Amino acid sequence: MMAGPASFLKTAWTVLREVSGDAAYENYLTRHQERHPDQPALDREAFYLSELDRRWSGVNRCC
Amino acid sequence: MPKSIQNLIWIAIGVFGAACLGGIAIHRGETINAFWFIAAAFGIYAVAYRLYAGWICTKVLITDPSRATPALRINDGRDYVPTHRWITFGHHFAAIAGAGPLVGPTLAAQFGYLPGTLWLLTGAVIGGCVQDMVVLWASTRRDGRTLGQMARDELGPVAGGAALVGTLMIMVLIVAVLGLVVVNAMKHSPWGTFTVAMTIPIAILVGIYMRNIRPGRVLEGSLIGLFLLLAATAGGGWVAHHPVLGPMFNYEGTTLALLVIGYGFFAAIMPVWLLLAPRDYISTFIKIGAILLLAFAVIILRPELHMPALTQFTDGTGPVVAGGLYPFLFITIACGAVSGFHALISAGTTPKLIMSERDLRLVGYGSMAMESFVGVMALIAACVLDPGVYFAINSSAGIVGSTLEQATATISSWGFPVEAQHMMDLAKEMGETTLLARTGGAPSLAVGMAQIFAGAFGQSLLALWYHFAIMFEALFILTAVDAGTRVGRFMLQDLLGNIWKPLGNTAARGPAIICSAVFVASWGYFLYIGVIDPYGGINILWPLFGISNQMLAAIALAIVTTILVKKGQARYAWVTGLPMVFLAITTSYAAWLKLFDPDPRVGFLAGANTLEAKLQAGTLTGKALESAPHLIFNQRLDAGLTVFFIVVLWVVIIEMARISIRHLQGKPVPALSEVPYVNEATLPHPTGVGGH
Repeated sequence: MMAGPASFLKTAWTVLREVSGDAAYENYLTRHQERHPDQPALDREAFYLSELDRRWSGVNRCC
Repeated sequence: MPKSIQNLIWIAIGVFGAACLGGIAIHRGETINAFWFIAAAFGIYAVAYRLYAGWICTKVLITDPSRATPALRINDGRDYVPTHRWITFGHHFAAIAGAGPLVGPTLAAQFGYLPGTLWLLTGAVIGGCVQDMVVLWASTRRDGRTLGQMARDELGPVAGGAALVGTLMIMVLIVAVLGLVVVNAMKHSPWGTFTVAMTIPIAILVGIYMRNIRPGRVLEGSLIGLFLLLAATAGGGWVAHHPVLGPMFNYEGTTLALLVIGYGFFAAIMPVWLLLAPRDYISTFIKIGAILLLAFAVIILRPELHMPALTQFTDGTGPVVAGGLYPFLFITIACGAVSGFHALISAGTTPKLIMSERDLRLVGYGSMAMESFVGVMALIAACVLDPGVYFAINSSAGIVGSTLEQATATISSWGFPVEAQHMMDLAKEMGETTLLARTGGAPSLAVGMAQIFAGAFGQSLLALWYHFAIMFEALFILTAVDAGTRVGRFMLQDLLGNIWKPLGNTAARGPAIICSAVFVASWGYFLYIGVIDPYGGINILWPLFGISNQMLAAIALAIVTTILVKKGQARYAWVTGLPMVFLAITTSYAAWLKLFDPDPRVGFLAGANTLEAKLQAGTLTGKALESAPHLIFNQRLDAGLTVFFIVVLWVVIIEMARISIRHLQGKPVPALSEVPYVNEATLPHPTGVGGH
């Protein structure tokens, strides 16, 4: 890995996008094209809604 | 670096941490600097993480980096996603950290700074972190099965059922007690109420943005929400002083309780994308931001602590939480030291992200150490206050008297001098009419934080800092109310579905509304009673919550202890067995005192009987007379609930002992449900997320 403030900021930005779920759709698309190139992928909105549904069906927040 | 030098460095860090802790323990000056607490905490966490957690991973859990984790094997791109360990750490920490580690240590500051600090540090490194990591390990080896499922698989249906029903009751108490904290912070505070109320339209706006305008752009949406919230916090000052708008946000506690209950139901039946999810995004950002800000405040500014090391209230006469140091310190500080609730996160959600068993230590042990540090910071913020001020904010009117003069005179007579004028000035500085009897911990933490920040950024912003602190606590408490109600509804549906199948359908509208209403009514009842209680409600609800949370921790530890024994690691079973025994004895003793202690402030039954005697003698008037029958019934109900928790706890512990002994005798027991070993190298090349 490169040293220096620019690469640090870049890493921080990547981590922030991954942790927050901002990059989730891109990750999904990459994966979808790899695994099921023949099937149509969900659009952004449908993917977002299905992600929320999945995430909020169990305990995911504590006191 | 040679191994010997590495070891020397770790030993040096450990000695330094221990020396700082020793310094804290024997220090007897007027004030003590926060630096010693931070240094002691870092030293102890570092050594425990490196040596104790490392030893547990190698010798007890025998973690194996070559073993394919469920995320690698199943890797469905949705639930099971191999994720870089720091990102998993972020997810896990954001999930476990909430208002709990801020409130508990603040309340426990009544004993002085020493007991809370010692318990937060030792409880975490020996109990809480171990629990989180071992449960995470057990669930990772079981494809991310939940705690309830593991209880059923490993201990049989009796313990499984007990764990499930116990968890549901804890959810009720958590939501009720957190709701009470937020009501006490908003009571007659137009500024606070306005800010908290604004979080609802802001969340809805962000929800629409994230779904319709820019679908899935959660960073943009959260940033907009964050900006609007800060604007609302600043604007609240103007609203509070407005002759027309101000009174519109000035409410009695009872009205606020009803509003929170109504809100809870409304939020539960709304679609997730509209309110719950956007609120959670914003609240997570604010939570992490506020924790970093607090860390900056205590690490960089290093304030002086004014609370003594020990107060006279270790004898059980404390005005904030009734009952002696043992067992009530260990009940009051649950989150931050050991929190059973974490086991629900460590089993289920997080294991499905673990990329390698090598990451278990960082994610399980590391995030809990960080949460414990949040607890230490909250304790510091509470102890920075003048003790007289701390007690004036945190003592209920039923104990110190309802007028400013009575309250300050009572508190001064305890040896913590505080003047009525000073309390009035302080309230004014914070933009409030009064700070008296704002029990629940949030307001005193906010005053403490405001004072620390004002030291760095100038006195003029005191009121803004105060309301910022109130806003962020209220924000993640309301998120917990939303999320807790939703999870509670699912659990209830799961349970009731066994009795009448249609009720178990979580996708159908009718059963969802019915079960949400039942669940909201359950916590709403405890919240409302807590608000009308002249002793502040927190005095009753917080210990009950603490007992239930520590009971869940003991249950989680019992489950993993059984697993260790069945894996042939009985000689190391003390790693989880010891904290389990300590928690089981402590919660049982606390429960015993809550039931039978003759002091009406400690014992539920004595409290009910004393009030009943007063009612019959006709000495009660006004509001006290009106609320007495409810309070009498409630204290008896609380007693029943305490018995229920203890029965659930001992059912699981007896099952654990029975299964372990049978296993050691070579008799048949439920088989270990661990999935078979698969070598990571034999899998197709993984597509992980995050830089690695």
